[in-house]
Amino acid sequence: MDQKPSNCGLPSLEADSQRTLYPYVTGTSVVALKYKDGILMAADMGGSYGSTLRYKSVERIKPIGKHSLLGASGELSDFQEILRYLDELILYDNMWDDGNSLGPKEVHSYLTRVMYNRRNKFNPLWNSLVLGGVKNGQRYLGTVSMIGVNFEDNHVATGFGNHLARPILREEWHENLSFEDGVRLLEKCMRVLLYRDRSAVNKFQVAKITEEGVTISQPYSLKTSWGFSAFKNPTLGAEGSW
Amino acid sequence: MTKQQANWSPYDNNGGSCVAIAGADYCVIAADTRMSTGYNVLTREYSKITKLADKCLMASSGFQADVKALQKLLAARHLIYQHQHNKQMSCPAMAQLLSNTLYYKRFFPYYSFNLLGGLDNEGKGCVYTYDAVGSYERAGYSSQGTASTLLMPYLDKMLKSPSPLLLPAQDAVTPLSESEAIDIIKNAFAAATERDIYTGDKVEIVILNAHGIRREYMELRKD
Repeated sequence: MDQKPSNCGLPSLEADSQRTLYPYVTGTSVVALKYKDGILMAADMGGSYGSTLRYKSVERIKPIGKHSLLGASGELSDFQEILRYLDELILYDNMWDDGNSLGPKEVHSYLTRVMYNRRNKFNPLWNSLVLGGVKNGQRYLGTVSMIGVNFEDNHVATGFGNHLARPILREEWHENLSFEDGVRLLEKCMRVLLYRDRSAVNKFQVAKITEEGVTISQPYSLKTSWGFSAFKNPTLGAEGSW
Repeated sequence: MTKQQANWSPYDNNGGSCVAIAGADYCVIAADTRMSTGYNVLTREYSKITKLADKCLMASSGFQADVKALQKLLAARHLIYQHQHNKQMSCPAMAQLLSNTLYYKRFFPYYSFNLLGGLDNEGKGCVYTYDAVGSYERAGYSSQGTASTLLMPYLDKMLKSPSPLLLPAQDAVTPLSESEAIDIIKNAFAAATERDIYTGDKVEIVILNAHGIRREYMELRKD
């Protein structure tokens, strides 16, 4: 009588191939902030296959319903699945035809439950999500992680952005940022990420959402300069190691 | 492609510390507002204290997503209770509900460390302290979270409460006044912040007495 060893009723992790145990194609950081009239969000357009830069025109910022903007890092196929969930959610909500519509707060709340439910099933959606929006003059900016950790703040970032962009945002963000200053601040963050995050690419989109609606920019690149002497001879300031 | 990440874990520790003190006719419950993961601060303004009923507050640290799920579940259970009994749940009843709720997930626990503070049916301050799987105890004061090991001996020293080892058992509430209790909490957090990297930014102090609920904040170190 061959019996499989008992696993306390918990699903075995390695045996079942129907779950994401590690990501395949991933997007890197998303950075977003509140500004005077709404939310600004930036992300690059790279899609990495491990350390290979596999895709270079991936849109990682999408409008959701009338009042929200969703940015994603992590597994891109899981992001597309999430977009399908949200499309259905918005559609079914719209079919009530009652003049109500889901705002950013509701969409964010929904996403936190989806992410947390999937982690409870040991079958996570491998993403960090950023949700921003404006409804009834209220700005909203929040984030959710793969395992359901969620919060709101005046500025948020995912992945490397947490290490490199948020310290800049904490220094320079203020309540009354103009659109121009907001974009300039995001670009400063994206430039640091571009220099220091190997999977970042120099092709970005910046998205804006206000009471009037969503605008996502055409892809563009930032001016960089690699001529610093520290880049030319990186070991000069740290002799002795190699 | 070979896997690059370490094995996936459904848990995280988002840090934070909580303290609660019961007095003769009041209860003070406090927690810092930092939320972190590893060496990152995620946000400096996350409230760990929720109101579960009119005379019952919960402060929770641990894994934020589990804490949020627990809070939502208790809120839903309390709403049903109100519909069935047409009254607010008492703090001792909520304490038992919280214990049962935690133990229900004994084999896939909520990674949350809770303190319950409030007033009992006689209007006396009460504090309940828990582990992640539902063991609980009524106490005169307690601490939970990443700096609990730093906070607890300080509270032991300062609160002048009778020892729980005395026979016959003595009332565990502190004889100190409300404002003295608040000062002790402020000092405790200021000290804990110096040594615990997961505690900081701000303390939220909630004071519950016969008049209702009052909130105070004190800034802490941001590093």
